[in-house]
Amino acid sequence: MTVVNATMAAGTAAVSVRGVSMIYPGPVQALQDIDLDFPAGQLTSLLGPSGCGKTTLLKIIAGLLEPAAGTVTVSGKTVKGPGPERAFVFQDFALLPWATVMRNVAFGLELRGVPTSEREAVAEKYIGDVGLRGFEQKYPHELSGGMRQRVGLARALAVKADVLLMDEPFSAVDEQTRRKFQEDLLQLVSVEKRTFIFVTHSIEEAVYLSARIVLLSPRPGKVWKIIEPKMPRELSPDQIRREPGYLDTVESIWQNLKDYVE
Amino acid sequence: MELYGHRIPMWASLGLWAVIWEIVGQAHVTILLPPLSACFMKLFEIVPTETFWSAMRITAQAFTLGMAVSILVGVPLGVVMGRSPLIDRLFLPWVSLFVSAPLTALVPVIMALFGFDETTIVLTVVLFAIWIIILDARAGSKGISPSLMEMATSYGATRWQAFIKIYLWAALPEILAGIRLGLVRAVKGVIIGQLLVSVIGFGYLFEIYSSNFLMEHMWALLLVLFFFAYLMDAGMGELERRIDYYSSVRG
Repeated sequence: MTVVNATMAAGTAAVSVRGVSMIYPGPVQALQDIDLDFPAGQLTSLLGPSGCGKTTLLKIIAGLLEPAAGTVTVSGKTVKGPGPERAFVFQDFALLPWATVMRNVAFGLELRGVPTSEREAVAEKYIGDVGLRGFEQKYPHELSGGMRQRVGLARALAVKADVLLMDEPFSAVDEQTRRKFQEDLLQLVSVEKRTFIFVTHSIEEAVYLSARIVLLSPRPGKVWKIIEPKMPRELSPDQIRREPGYLDTVESIWQNLKDYVE
Repeated sequence: MELYGHRIPMWASLGLWAVIWEIVGQAHVTILLPPLSACFMKLFEIVPTETFWSAMRITAQAFTLGMAVSILVGVPLGVVMGRSPLIDRLFLPWVSLFVSAPLTALVPVIMALFGFDETTIVLTVVLFAIWIIILDARAGSKGISPSLMEMATSYGATRWQAFIKIYLWAALPEILAGIRLGLVRAVKGVIIGQLLVSVIGFGYLFEIYSSNFLMEHMWALLLVLFFFAYLMDAGMGELERRIDYYSSVRG
């Protein structure tokens, strides 16, 4: 594992955050002067104890929240609101309960006015990619939590956004399902070549999934440390989880975060 | 309910009261209550008449029109009120006032403004039905989960798309509950309106029957109206059950 700088040389970052601060009424300083770069084509985790503003930062990047100060640029363009180059995966899935898996996955394209046959062809591909083939005509309430989040992920993939923003996507999914889902996500990251920004409070999850991990400290949320876990990715998932590089990274992050957990 | 180990079906109570009605009627206790069987016989006499069908037509027309106005105005207004604090503050005091006000007292005002014809009946239906529809639609759209709205925003939904594709559907269980309550009130509205106007529709018939002490006619007419009110309520109940599956999983 290596500790690296928050910012990178121009051109290699898909998403750049410069001087972002956020103040909630109270006033609570949720984020203070965040400078961060997210490398293209990789998965970066935002990790930290609750209240460190990781979800706030993700929603600012998504354009769902406006920062009190600072700017976010995605592929060189300044973010002024939500945009087609970013797609969001929600903690509670945020599916339409009255729509089938097919319509839910195609919903982003439906909003853009893509014709039915075209958007359903795209949706069908991604429904297959997330492992839900055969469930196209099911409704969300007929699926398990893990399968619902796969629908949420397929919806985000289907709009062909360069950047996928995932807000604790597995926190409402049970443990066994989560592991399988994590493995599938790693596979997707390597195939899809998109930029993933992933919020989590699970150290193991962050280390297992990420090319780099941004540790945030709470109140006010600041970038505290950036870690790039080094482990042999060619190993099987079970081998990785027993691998010294993996275990050491988990341990050292835990040592760092321990002070914040009373 | 169970009695001596036998299940008693719900409608048994109706049957019991029908028997009591028949006995009291046959005993000629009061002129106001003729036997149930006589009322039913009268039903077959009244229903085929031209007067009955013209009253039926006027009532159905006024009812449908009034309900349509109430839904087409009430549902969008309620949903928008639930989403926009400004519009909510503008309308909520009035809606809350009217939903519980003694509306019958306002019918003569409508009558004075719009005359003794169908317009008055339609407006009476709207006056009775619309408020609860607005309130329920408002409650439904207030309860839409924040993440569903964030989803709409982040996937680039326009306001119109969010309204048509998400808000209306997410609030549908409450909207239907409101329409069901509105229907019941609209039945009251359409009858009360006609009774007060009393020169058209069932109001005219009731006026003739009661002033001539034709109690069998009157009860027969009431049975018809009760039956239709029940049919409508049951129909809406069935519709609500069909979308029940997602009202519990909206999260």
